[in-house]
Amino acid sequence: MAKFRLTVNGRERVVDTDPERPLLEVLREDLKLTGTKYGCGEGQCRACTVIMDERPIVTCVTPVRSAHGKSILTIEGLGDVANLHRVQQAFLEEGAMQCGYCTPGMILRTVALLNEQPKPTEAQVIEALNGNLCRCCGYPTILAAVHRAAAARQTSGSKSEE
Amino acid sequence: MTEELFEVERYELREPPAYLFSVSRREFLGTVGAGFLIVAVAGEAQGQRQSAGSTLEARLHIGEDGVITILNGKIEEGQGPRTEFAMAAAEELRVPVERIRMVMADTDATPNDGGTSGSRSTPGTVPLIRQAASAARGLLITIAAAQWGIPRERVHVDGGTASGPDASRKLTYQDLAKSAELTEAYSQPLPADVSLTAARDWKVLGQPRHRVNGRDIVTGAHKFPSDIERPGMLYGSVLRPPSFGAALVSVNLDKSKSMPGVTAVRDGDFVACAASSSFGARKAIEALAATAVWKEKQHPSSDTLFRHLKEHGQAAASGGRNRPRIEGDVERALAGAQKRLKAVYQASYVQHAPMEPRAAVAEWQDGKLTVWTGTSNPFNVRQQLAEAFRIPAPRVRVIAPDFGGGFGGKHTGEAALEAARLAREANRPVSVCWTRAEEFTWAYCRPAALIEIDSALDDKNEILAWDFANYNSGGSAIDTPYRTANSRIRFIASDSPLRQGSYRALASTANNFARESMMDELAEAAGAEPLEFRLAHLENGRIREVLTAATNKFQWAERSKQRRANRGVGLACGTEKNSVVAACVEVEVDSQTGVPRLLEICQAFECGTILNPAGLKAQVEGCILMGLAALREEMLFAGGRIRNPRFSSYRVPRFRDVPPKMEIILVDKKEAEPVGAGETPIIAVAPAMGNAIFAATGRRVRSLPFQTTQKAG
Repeated sequence: MAKFRLTVNGRERVVDTDPERPLLEVLREDLKLTGTKYGCGEGQCRACTVIMDERPIVTCVTPVRSAHGKSILTIEGLGDVANLHRVQQAFLEEGAMQCGYCTPGMILRTVALLNEQPKPTEAQVIEALNGNLCRCCGYPTILAAVHRAAAARQTSGSKSEE
Repeated sequence: MTEELFEVERYELREPPAYLFSVSRREFLGTVGAGFLIVAVAGEAQGQRQSAGSTLEARLHIGEDGVITILNGKIEEGQGPRTEFAMAAAEELRVPVERIRMVMADTDATPNDGGTSGSRSTPGTVPLIRQAASAARGLLITIAAAQWGIPRERVHVDGGTASGPDASRKLTYQDLAKSAELTEAYSQPLPADVSLTAARDWKVLGQPRHRVNGRDIVTGAHKFPSDIERPGMLYGSVLRPPSFGAALVSVNLDKSKSMPGVTAVRDGDFVACAASSSFGARKAIEALAATAVWKEKQHPSSDTLFRHLKEHGQAAASGGRNRPRIEGDVERALAGAQKRLKAVYQASYVQHAPMEPRAAVAEWQDGKLTVWTGTSNPFNVRQQLAEAFRIPAPRVRVIAPDFGGGFGGKHTGEAALEAARLAREANRPVSVCWTRAEEFTWAYCRPAALIEIDSALDDKNEILAWDFANYNSGGSAIDTPYRTANSRIRFIASDSPLRQGSYRALASTANNFARESMMDELAEAAGAEPLEFRLAHLENGRIREVLTAATNKFQWAERSKQRRANRGVGLACGTEKNSVVAACVEVEVDSQTGVPRLLEICQAFECGTILNPAGLKAQVEGCILMGLAALREEMLFAGGRIRNPRFSSYRVPRFRDVPPKMEIILVDKKEAEPVGAGETPIIAVAPAMGNAIFAATGRRVRSLPFQTTQKAG
C-alpha cells in the first residue's frame, strides 16, 4: 500500500492503495467516478479512456502509481447534465449512442483529438478513434458527431472551452 | 414469453440451472428470518397478480404533479425501446415526450412482459402501452365531457390539457390524478376497445427521436449495472475452471481467507471471493487458484468443429417445430436432374461481446434479495435466483438498469447468482463484473452452423429440387422464400462443443448466407443474372419491393455488368421475424492477401409502419456493421480452452471497417402493423458480400468468417 496524489477533474485526491492497481479501478471504486468504463482490461477497446496531462490514456492498463502527481479529466469533469461540453452536446444532438457504454470513452478521445487537430479530416477522425470499440456499431453516427463538434468549435471561433 | 419456448436456438433457456447452492435449513432461516414462510405465501399470490400486467394500474400512473409514469417489464440495452415506448405513450396521451417517466424491468414494480428478445418489444409491448395511454386519455375526455355537459366528441386533448367549445374551461392530467374515476379505473382490466391513433394522425410517433436519456449517457451519469454502488459494497471475483468441463477436486481457501477484508466461499463447484476492491478479490482468487486441483475432460477443438457437428447430428423427431418440411419428392427430383449443385456452408461460433460484460450487484436485506443486473430476462433471473436459494420468487427483486449491450447474449443470470451467493456469505452487498476473458469464455455463443444444400434446376432453369439441412445452428429463416418444385428442409440438432444460445437474428444469418449464396450459384449454373433469377422465383411481394428498392438505388443493372480489377458487386435478400431486407454491396479484395473490404452497401428494409425513424436507422446501421462479423469473427478453441478470448485476437468491426458509402432505405408502410427491426437487417450482409467476392475473384466463399482459419467439414 502507498499513498498517491492525483488531481481529478480539478480536485486534489489522495488514495492509499496498491501501486499496481489499475487507475480505472481507483477511479471507479475509490473515487466513485463510474463514468469511466471497464471493457477489456488490456487497452484494446478504450471504454476506459480519460485524459491525463492533456493526453488520452487507457486506464485499465495504467497502474495507479504512474498517475501520481498527474492531472486527470474524466467524463464527469467535462460537463454536467445542465452544462454540456461542446463534444457532449454534439453526441447528444446526433444521437450518437445506442447502449451508450462506449460513449464516455468516445467523447474523451474526441476532445483530445480536437484539442490537437481542430479541423480533422475524415481519415484523421477514423485514425484517432479506430481503437475505440462500439459493439452496437454506431460508428457512422459517432463520426457525424465528431464532425459536428469540430464544426461547433469553428463557429465558436477562438473562444475555446479548454 | 411463450414464443421463446418454441424458438429452438434459445438453447440457453433450456440449460440446467447455473448453480444450485447448498443451503442448510438453519442457515436458510438465519438468512431470511423466522416466520418468513407465512409471509411468502401471501407474497406469491400478489406476485402472480402483478405479473399479469392486465390492469391500467400495472402499466400507467399519473402523479398529482402531472408526471405520467409508464411501467413495462422490458429492458433497454441500446436498441431503443425506452424511447419508442415513451413516444408511444406520449402520442396517445397527447403530451410531450418529456412528460413521460419510463419505469422498466423491475420485478417489484413492472408487469412481467417476458424477456426482451425475438424482436417482440415493438409488436408485443407497444400496443399495450398505447392501449393504456389511450384509456387514460379517454378517461380525461369522459370526465371533462361530464363536467361540462357536452358530448365526448367535442372534447379535445392537446399538450396534456382537455378543452371544449368554452375556452375558459380546462381539465388536465393533474386534475385526473386527483379524481375518484382514475382510482377506480386503475384496478380495472385494460380496456381492449380503446381507439388507437391512426398512423396518418401521428405527431410524435413516426418522427425521429434520439435516446430519451441521452443526456445521462453523454455525461457518464447513467448507472449501468456495473456502476451500481450500495453502502458497504464489496467487489467479487469467481474461480473459473481451467477448461470446459473440468471438475474441481480440491481447493484450499485458507490463504485467501486470511487476507485482510476478504470473504472466500466454496459452495459445491462455486468458489468465489469478495474484497473491498476488485483488485483485492482477484488477488484472493489467484491465491486459492494456485491450490486448486482439477480433473479435466477431453474436448473437441475448433479445427474439427464441423466434422464433429456432422458426426453428432441427430435427426429431428417427426413432430414439433423442427420436423422436416417436405414438398414433393426431393430425392427423386435430384436423382433425375440434369443440372445439380451441391455445396456445404459453414458458420463459426461468434460471441456477442457486448461492451459491458455481465455484471450484477446483489444485496440481502431483511430476508429479501435485491439484484441489479444486466439481463434481458429479469423475471426469469428472479426465478433462477429463487430456485438457487430456495426462496419464494416474490422475496427476490431483480432490477435491470439500462445496460451496455446484449444482442441476445444476456438472457441468463450468471453474474446475478454469483453476486447473490457472495453477498450472502459476506453479509454485505457485492458487485460482480465479469472480465472480458470470462465473457468470451463462459458466456454462450451464437451456434456454429454446418449447412448442406443439394439442389437442381429443370430444363427451364427453374428450381426443381431444394434439399437444405442445417446442422446445429437452428431453424430461423430456414424456409426458402423461393418457389421450388420439390423440397426438403431440415434442422438437425447436434452436440455443441461450446455453450450456445440466442444471438441477434439467431440462425437466420447462417441460413440466409447459405441460401443466398446458393441462389447465386444456381443463377450462374442457369446462365441467369442473379437479380432476375431471384425475381423469377420470388412471390413474396414485400421482399420483391425491398429488392427492387435496393437494386434501383444501387444501379444494380449497370454496375453488375461493369468489370473492375479486384472489385465486385453482390446482392442478397431475405425475411425473418416478419420484416424484409435486401442489400447490394461492392467489395474490394486485396490482390496480395485476399482480404475483402466492404466499399459500399445499399440496404433496403421494411418493418411495417416506422415508429421512430432515428431509432430504426440506428438499428439497421448497427446490424449492417455488426454483420461484418463475416470478415473475421470466430471463436477458436482447443483443449477445452478458448484460444482468442480478447479483443486483440477476436476482431470485432471497427471504425476502419465502416464502408465509405452506406445507403439505407427505410420503406415506411403506413397503417401496416409495426414489427421489430433490431435483428433482420443483419442477415443480408454476409451473403451479399460473399456473392460480391465471387464476382471480384471467381472464388466462392462458403465459410463465415470469410477469413476462417478452420478446416472445411
